[in-house]
Amino acid sequence: MAGTRYKGSELKDVDQFLEDSAGLESDREHEIGQHIGYRYDVNLLPDYDRLTPFLNEYMEVMGWDDLNWLEDVHMGYEDGHAAVFDRNINGWVRVPDTIELPENEQDRHMIARELLIKFQMSDRNPLTVLRKAYGKF
Amino acid sequence: MAGVSDSQLKKMTQEERVKALGMATEQLSGRSLFIEFNADEEDRFTYPWAPEVDFNKRIEINADNMASTALNEKMRELMTEGYGSIVIKNPRGKHSLGVGILNRLNLIFEGSLGYFAVGLIDGPNVRIKGRVGWSCAENMMSGTVVIEKNAGSTFGAALRGGDLVCGGSVGSRTGIDMKGGTIIVGGDAGALTGFMMQRGRVIICGNAGKNLGDSMYDGTIYVGGEIRSLGVDAVPGEFTDLEHSWLSRKLRQFELLPEKGVDHFTKIIAGKQLWNYDNLEPTEKKLIL
Repeated sequence: MAGTRYKGSELKDVDQFLEDSAGLESDREHEIGQHIGYRYDVNLLPDYDRLTPFLNEYMEVMGWDDLNWLEDVHMGYEDGHAAVFDRNINGWVRVPDTIELPENEQDRHMIARELLIKFQMSDRNPLTVLRKAYGKF
Repeated sequence: MAGVSDSQLKKMTQEERVKALGMATEQLSGRSLFIEFNADEEDRFTYPWAPEVDFNKRIEINADNMASTALNEKMRELMTEGYGSIVIKNPRGKHSLGVGILNRLNLIFEGSLGYFAVGLIDGPNVRIKGRVGWSCAENMMSGTVVIEKNAGSTFGAALRGGDLVCGGSVGSRTGIDMKGGTIIVGGDAGALTGFMMQRGRVIICGNAGKNLGDSMYDGTIYVGGEIRSLGVDAVPGEFTDLEHSWLSRKLRQFELLPEKGVDHFTKIIAGKQLWNYDNLEPTEKKLIL
């Protein structure tokens, strides 16, 4: 029944969805065969003590005193792999296995932010091709 | 895509461009794109198509006799000429000014703006030395927007990211359907603030009107004053130390930190009783019907 109380299970561990890609826990999740809700804490705020030099430089170039839109970017998980959601292409971009993930959750989110900027600003981003094809300005 | 230069693409029609870039023949398969980061990606901070601008290169425009469209085109033109700071004098409450700017830029409006000001922006830092009408910064992606006086209804509607600040008070349905970013209100906020918000943060230093956070799915609302009433599924939450320091930092950044700090703020979150991620529902409905 819609609109009731299928809230899904609570997030427990930073590696939860790397070790168990399906991440089914509650009865309802088992019943429908998928995890309910996000695979990371969407409301988690950034810890500014853990900023990377790259992100500091990005903030300076943009003229911002904080992470701005990147405050809403977190490391997520897709099919047992670390991934970042790119809102410009409406899809997940996977983190290569060659990149070692830190244990600290906040450090992971900082890596996610760095990777996403580099990807969004590159010629490889599908938005670049879309813009070439359909851009009006 | 390879082998087609930008100058060749410019000479083509849209249909020809789509074919030349291989988009018409692309086969979609699977449930999402499979893309992996390249760890050796070049360090860039702006979009490949964004014009290079210098914050120290400044220009003033008198908008007195200019239509909104002409003014928006003029701003785009100035960015391609490298101007990184643009001051618009006498905007006289015109609608839809400064929309669709996808670039780093310092943009200052010396006066009030009408409806849909600075909507759909991605990157600029905007200061508006006056008031704004409905739907200011609608669908904003990133950047900062600071309004020195009051704002109308649906302030920051469908906001996606960035910081949207109103030094005065805002109308009803502020942050409706927001999906990210931070809205800061120095004064009071009207009814149904945070209506159907899905993510992001709203900070109200003054009082909040009726039905605060009605039907919110996720996200956080912080209120420094009194709350007239909470909406459906909006419930009080507990502050963490990280939130406490983030809130102080954010308000200090925009010179809105109250003298008594942020200890008196109330946190409102979604009760998540309206969550509906139930993919069996259509089947169940069929069985019932």
